[in-house]
Amino acid sequence: MTLRFADDSRAGRFLRSPSARALAALALVVLIGAIFNADGAFFRWHTHRDMLRHISVFGILACGMTLVIITSGIDLAVGSVLGLSAVLFSLFSLQLGWPAWLAILACLLAGAACGLTSGGLVAKFRLQPFIATLAMMVFARGLAKWISGGRKISTAVQLADGRFEYREVPPVFKVIGSKLFAENIAVVTIIFLACVLVCYVLLAKLRWGRHLYAIGGNEEAARLSGVPVARTKLLAYGLGGLLSAVAGICHAVQEQQGDPEAGSSYELTAIAIVVIGGTNMNGGKGGMGLTLIGAMTIGYLEKILSINAVGEATRLMLTGLIIVGAVLFQRHRK
Amino acid sequence: MTGIRKEFAGVPVLKDVEWELRPGEVHILAGENGAGKSTLIKILAGVHTDYEGEIRLAGRRVRFRRPHDAARLGIAAIHQDIAVVPSLSVRDNIFLGREIVRRRGWVRFGPERARARKILDRLGLDLDVSRPLGDFPVSVRQLVEIAKALVNEARVIIMDEPTSALNETEAGRLFEIIRGLKSQGCAVVFISHRLEEIYRIGDRITVLRDGRFIGTFAAADLGPERLIEQMVGRELGGLFPPREARSGELLLRAEGISVPDPGGVRPWAVEDLSFDLREGEILGVAGLRGSGNSELFHGLFGACGGRVRGRIRLAGKEYVPRSPGQALRRGLALLTNDRKASGLVPTMSVGRNISLASLEALSPGGWIRERREAESARRHIGALGIKVRSAEQDILTLSGGNQQKVLLARWIETSPKVLLLDEPTIGIDVGAKNEIYRLLNAWTSAGKGILLITSELPELLALSDRILVLHRGRLMGEFDRREATQELIIAAAMGKEKRS
Repeated sequence: MTLRFADDSRAGRFLRSPSARALAALALVVLIGAIFNADGAFFRWHTHRDMLRHISVFGILACGMTLVIITSGIDLAVGSVLGLSAVLFSLFSLQLGWPAWLAILACLLAGAACGLTSGGLVAKFRLQPFIATLAMMVFARGLAKWISGGRKISTAVQLADGRFEYREVPPVFKVIGSKLFAENIAVVTIIFLACVLVCYVLLAKLRWGRHLYAIGGNEEAARLSGVPVARTKLLAYGLGGLLSAVAGICHAVQEQQGDPEAGSSYELTAIAIVVIGGTNMNGGKGGMGLTLIGAMTIGYLEKILSINAVGEATRLMLTGLIIVGAVLFQRHRK
Repeated sequence: MTGIRKEFAGVPVLKDVEWELRPGEVHILAGENGAGKSTLIKILAGVHTDYEGEIRLAGRRVRFRRPHDAARLGIAAIHQDIAVVPSLSVRDNIFLGREIVRRRGWVRFGPERARARKILDRLGLDLDVSRPLGDFPVSVRQLVEIAKALVNEARVIIMDEPTSALNETEAGRLFEIIRGLKSQGCAVVFISHRLEEIYRIGDRITVLRDGRFIGTFAAADLGPERLIEQMVGRELGGLFPPREARSGELLLRAEGISVPDPGGVRPWAVEDLSFDLREGEILGVAGLRGSGNSELFHGLFGACGGRVRGRIRLAGKEYVPRSPGQALRRGLALLTNDRKASGLVPTMSVGRNISLASLEALSPGGWIRERREAESARRHIGALGIKVRSAEQDILTLSGGNQQKVLLARWIETSPKVLLLDEPTIGIDVGAKNEIYRLLNAWTSAGKGILLITSELPELLALSDRILVLHRGRLMGEFDRREATQELIIAAAMGKEKRS
């Protein structure tokens, strides 16, 4: 493609921007959906609604991932922290009967603590982000299994004499699990969009966000310009952990139980979303808008494959190819 | 090379360049940054392949499709950024990409080692070729680059600012080597921004200006003043603007300060140093590599934490360096000597690079006031004469001189009282240097104090009101503007104590 635009025209600038490239990739995927529409299933509203609901949990993880990747780091622990938080939330609210606000607060604190620990290892002890969060990923998964005794935590509570008693599902599950606007928009989707908005403000409007970009672009230059590098990174990972906990609560609500295996390999989907959006893995470049587009691209992709009843094996292979294709496509237009 | 033209995205960067190299000469390629020097040598080295015009090598028409083609025909380029692999051994680096192999790719280490030794001998280097290159200082890495060229039996060797990472002695040795290559019939292309070097080794000089070929001259016929005129196309009115010494109140007093050595070779990079800096003064800090002058700046700026010993008074108050953030708030600013590694944030726009150190003021309550940020960027772009289309422009599209001005803007925006400037004119063209000198004068007139490091002695002598000379972390002498000469400074920097 050799389209040329006057260097400074608004349109020219936009067309050369990462957002335009991410949107083009999304448009391409939607186009594929329109072609392979499974007898018109793709054109039905509920397909799009379900896509959004399905991608929301991954999207929330991707929000935190974006912050961390912009500092040129990576957080492999988000999936495990999701599992841990799902287990904790189910334990507190389903089995121990804690009030909703307390259960949510406790989960968020636990998630943030995991994130801050990874962040501390990266920022203070200068471990490579890959190593530090790999360790946290394994540790948090183990913790989730230890707390749950390896079982899924549901409304079934085992009593002292071995019988099971079924507790009632608390209202908080119904609220988060419900759909608003005539059953159209899931509360989970609204939580996802709220996370995007909050992270957008953090990144684009606050000094803290600018510091993240500076650290990812050139850490030494940032340090010598007075950026508190350690504190900024610590907070980025901490926030990533907190958002993983949010995702974990949503996941527990959707499943009506806390599965200690929940969220395995979700970190990879979260990374794929960020990368397909066009945020640079080397750090310093990217943004929340891109991650939102990336989430929708992946969401549509999976939806299209599922409505066309493509088998799982083929689906995985195609997803791999399409990730490479989408990233190459974006780079080609530079 | 005849009729060479080259465009980048429709913008011509070279227009009808005619260039001729003779065997056995040192040919200087001169021009301001952005004049097209790098582009020209990249065409010659096969890096840029889509150009118009033709290249003849020993009478034969050639057209390279990749750098390897040029290398095979004996053209070797040593670029500004040293391209070696520090973790590989000296031998492996020398033979990287052209290993001596048996069939099926088994490397024959014996012959490689012998050959590497022979080549290094020619360069006057005696070192263990199986040790990782990263163990050796930068100067050795530079020489290893030259060794790589020699392996190829290069007939044309291109060196792009090879001395920017070398000290005086090392540079001297490099010149010896270049003379040796010359006597063996090699043509050496040499790019440098240092006048002294140009006249020390250059036989002929080709001047480029704005991508245009201005002419090739015998070095002896083209004096420095005229060379600069040809490069900038205008009279500079003297490279160094006149400077009126004035000094006001005491601004910074250091008493017996010691700064730890980040390399850990010695316990202290700077030991027991005392000095004063007054308002409106430029205090030069001279020293060869290892003198500790850059470390002194880092120490004062809090960049090595609170491990600096001694007493410092800054603007009448006690100052204990703890962190760059605190130094900034106390009115210090540090321009480091490496734009790429510790200055620019390459992923950010010009405007954001300018605002980086003053975000605190631009974002009360943590919210960035974008309007205020843009205004300040515009103001500095105007005041410093930074050549950009807009503040949104990518920082990497700027020339070295303009990038340097962006960094100066970053620090001036913090309204510092004391500027620590480490090589403020490194790797930038003469025109931009002159503009930076004027800025320094303007800032000192406004009462700021400047500590200055520069490895160009004429610059140091012309700008500084007083000069401190360090040798291996210790003060060797302090010279007044009137008494300082190049010879005295060098002698002190090499360890000869000044007698007063």
